[in-house]
Amino acid sequence: MVETAAATANTNGVREARRSPAAHLAGIFEAASLEGIVEIREIPFQTMAGIRVRRDSDEGRRVASVTGGLPAACGEVVERDGVATLWLGPAEFLVVAPENAHESLGGDLVPALVEALGDGQGQVVDLSANRTVFELSGVRARDVLEKGCSLDLHPRVLKAGTALSTEIGHIPVILWKSGEDTFKVLPRASFTDFLGRWLVDGMREFASPEVP
Amino acid sequence: MLLISCPNCGPRDETEFHYGGQAHVAYPEDPYALNDREWAEYLFYRDNTKGAYAERWVHSTGCRQWFNMLRDTVTYEIQAIYPMGATAPGSAAPTTNAQAPEGASK
Ligand SMILES: [Zn+2]
Repeated sequence: MVETAAATANTNGVREARRSPAAHLAGIFEAASLEGIVEIREIPFQTMAGIRVRRDSDEGRRVASVTGGLPAACGEVVERDGVATLWLGPAEFLVVAPENAHESLGGDLVPALVEALGDGQGQVVDLSANRTVFELSGVRARDVLEKGCSLDLHPRVLKAGTALSTEIGHIPVILWKSGEDTFKVLPRASFTDFLGRWLVDGMREFASPEVP
Repeated sequence: MLLISCPNCGPRDETEFHYGGQAHVAYPEDPYALNDREWAEYLFYRDNTKGAYAERWVHSTGCRQWFNMLRDTVTYEIQAIYPMGATAPGSAAPTTNAQAPEGASK
């Protein structure tokens, strides 16, 4: 579904017309990023679909065949071909895919999910504009998050490939540990400015020399 | 800060949850048979227990699922967490409340 997009991307002006929720923070993010220590950037315009379906139903199995599976328990993420499916609840999932999986750029992810659900019980909703993605990476990324998140983020507890709905700085987010030192943080669009600045503030101390 | 163990997600901060009031308040079998006083009591009157109190909570920031909790209103000790529709542990009272709050899924 993703590979068909490249040819048609940018042909209809959609890409140029888009403004991401944290576009105005790009300069602040760049200035705050400390190479090799902690870096922040926005990954805008990801294709996202909210799914509500029972995993053990026929429609659940049909939807799972499009996503590559539906995660079974809290924290689990199923990934296939760049399409990740996050567990949000016992019958609620969020599919996160690259921008060009969206039909506005020639992709077919959401229609494929809608078709798979068919007349079955549940729903598939295009949520691409609901959240943006921050990527916080580097050896100090965990220290930054721990200032505003009460979950145990230590690697012996939180493994790479885990995504949890929780709060950071009192903002409801999905926190997705995508690599050993890489976290994706998904706030809703209206909280993006606040949370972006909160994270930048949390990064500031690491720009100074460490006090022994 | 209470640490509440969501049946789906495990222990989380109280701020991730919302309170749903007293549990096991049965929807009247025939609401039209009630007079105004009885209807008002169904809608607004709740126990004010000192001690173990059965109440509903929803993990609104997490899995968005409802569950019941038995909590001591004096010590805040959480004595039990059990599914919607189940009877309160240690209580012989039948659970008749099939009505979850609006928007709730079980
Ligand atoms: Zn939960």
